[in-house]
Amino acid sequence: MSIPMLRLAKWGLISKRCFSNTTTCESGKTVNLFSAINQALDIALDTDPRSYIFGEDVSFGGVFRCTSGLADRYGKHRVFNTPLCEQGIVGFGIGLAAMICITDRETAQLQKSSLQIISFPLLIRHESLWSQIVNEAAKFRYRSGNQFNCGGLTIRSPYGAVGHGGHYHSQSPESFFCHVPGLKVVIPRSPQQAKGLLLSSIRDPNPVIFFEPKWLYRLAVEEVPEHDYMLPLSEAEVIRQGNDITLVGWGAQLALMEKACDDAEKAGISCELIDLKTLIPWDKETVEASVRKTGKLLVSHEAPVTGGFGAEISASIAERCFSRLEAPVARICGLDTPFPLVFEPFYMPTKNKILDAIKATVNY
Amino acid sequence: MQYREPGVLLWRGFTLQEFANQCFGNKADYGKGRQMPIHYGSNKLNYFTVSSTIATQLPHAVGAAYSLKMDKRDACTVTYFGDGGTSEGDFHAALNFAAVMEAPVIFLCRNNGWAISTPISEQFRSDGVVVKGQAYGIRSIRVDGNDTLAVYNAVRAAREMAINEHRPILIEALTYRVGHHSTSDDSTKYRSVDEIEHWRMTRDPVDRFRKWVVNSGLWSNEDESELRSDVRKKILHAIQVAEKLEKPPLADLFTDVYDRLPENLCEQERLVRDTIKKHPQDYPSDVPV
Repeated sequence: MSIPMLRLAKWGLISKRCFSNTTTCESGKTVNLFSAINQALDIALDTDPRSYIFGEDVSFGGVFRCTSGLADRYGKHRVFNTPLCEQGIVGFGIGLAAMICITDRETAQLQKSSLQIISFPLLIRHESLWSQIVNEAAKFRYRSGNQFNCGGLTIRSPYGAVGHGGHYHSQSPESFFCHVPGLKVVIPRSPQQAKGLLLSSIRDPNPVIFFEPKWLYRLAVEEVPEHDYMLPLSEAEVIRQGNDITLVGWGAQLALMEKACDDAEKAGISCELIDLKTLIPWDKETVEASVRKTGKLLVSHEAPVTGGFGAEISASIAERCFSRLEAPVARICGLDTPFPLVFEPFYMPTKNKILDAIKATVNY
Repeated sequence: MQYREPGVLLWRGFTLQEFANQCFGNKADYGKGRQMPIHYGSNKLNYFTVSSTIATQLPHAVGAAYSLKMDKRDACTVTYFGDGGTSEGDFHAALNFAAVMEAPVIFLCRNNGWAISTPISEQFRSDGVVVKGQAYGIRSIRVDGNDTLAVYNAVRAAREMAINEHRPILIEALTYRVGHHSTSDDSTKYRSVDEIEHWRMTRDPVDRFRKWVVNSGLWSNEDESELRSDVRKKILHAIQVAEKLEKPPLADLFTDVYDRLPENLCEQERLVRDTIKKHPQDYPSDVPV
């Protein structure tokens, strides 16, 4: 299965809603996703002397090369390997991040929050992590009545299909974390998006889980500005205008959806495609406005369909746009099986599954 | 922080009124009435807010200690847990991280023999907790937890080593839980009254320390009864004041999930307020709307 990465390139310039100092998009080099992430991490370490990156195999550059060169540039005290223990990594990060609440008070200064970037080169897949993320990081601010927070924490993890990953290296666990108030979940679709969204996630005063589409690390290539820019969280983006049906997705899935939109167009169907980017808190308004225009909605993600975030989007849009909907909301997602190896092509929400659903929904 | 250490807070200056406010979840509770009683926290006193989960605070203490070390502070962190907590993954993660990161942190284990109804023989087969510290390459101290002065000196020595040598220290304080685990626990269901009475009558650390201070001429029975009645009055007063204070406002249900209210929470707050208007009898009258 191949994903047409040139499509990503045409999404081109940074969103106009960009809130950083990037009003003009200076031309950058053409880089892949892991290099864009590396640039973002480099900028984060450079702009805040209290930022740290740690995790499994971070120091030599990471399995996916996202942290290449950073330990040499910023020292082993700020970019370092940890023992192979996910609950320890996140717990350590929470304590490190929360100390800013005490040092801020002592110095009576309003510093930017201390940034911790945790890297899981493989995948969040250890249930032992659960308590540290769900019971600790997510509730740290709320349970202390805002006396403490660990908002500096950003947890990076690859996610998703990669063609040969089997059960444990291909999962899409985003909806688990979307059910935890206090966390933010962000997933980029391309190198340029990844850099801007990662910098926003790192600087956001809340703990963020940043899922990086594993499939795109090397495959996705586009022009990325070299300077420091941020893309807003909780703002979806209409990346393709259309009138007949709204498609919502995130991360690597968007490339397939884009291809399905192209094919639908040849069949005379005009699709509007939305990149949600932040899953919680998510931008209902942009999706609602689009569905009010098109009257139809299709959501697609790799994670299993039952209880996936597509269910939340379907329910919310049904609540808000019931009288405007002209067809049932379509969900083209992964199957309710563990992620399979040999059967991956059958499991996946492929372009033709999406295309068929577009046609069925439009002709309902 | 775990929820067994109000003594640390008291020592640092948390007032009886502050304790009572948290226990009653009134509007003066720093935690805004969101957590069960005895889940204290104080930014002013460098005391991270308690959560109910077991041993999750241990890796935090290591991260916080690393921060102190990086900032070149003349300080260390201290974190507390029981014998049961040493079976949690977070305990092992924290000790291993602390050793590898050379973090100035004191792990203080209160080994009182019981995790609710589970005795240590059903918790581990090692020679207590102290050997686990050694296995992780951490200098570890076992101390008689019922000997106040011994504990004081062990912690003092641990603090000096942690700060001056940038290293973690584990202390295992051996003691016994004379009381029930909580108000919903009756521990005579799983251990003998004789066992409890033995520890209460012959090994009580408070009695032991009292004897020492009385024999040293620093304390008398009169001082004690005066202190007891004085503290009792102050506690009762604090409770009465806390009880009368109104609850935190409804808005506090929604704030602090994130640094700012996201749209979904604004919407849910509007819905809750509408429902309260329609069905005021369903809601407690002491929470200001």
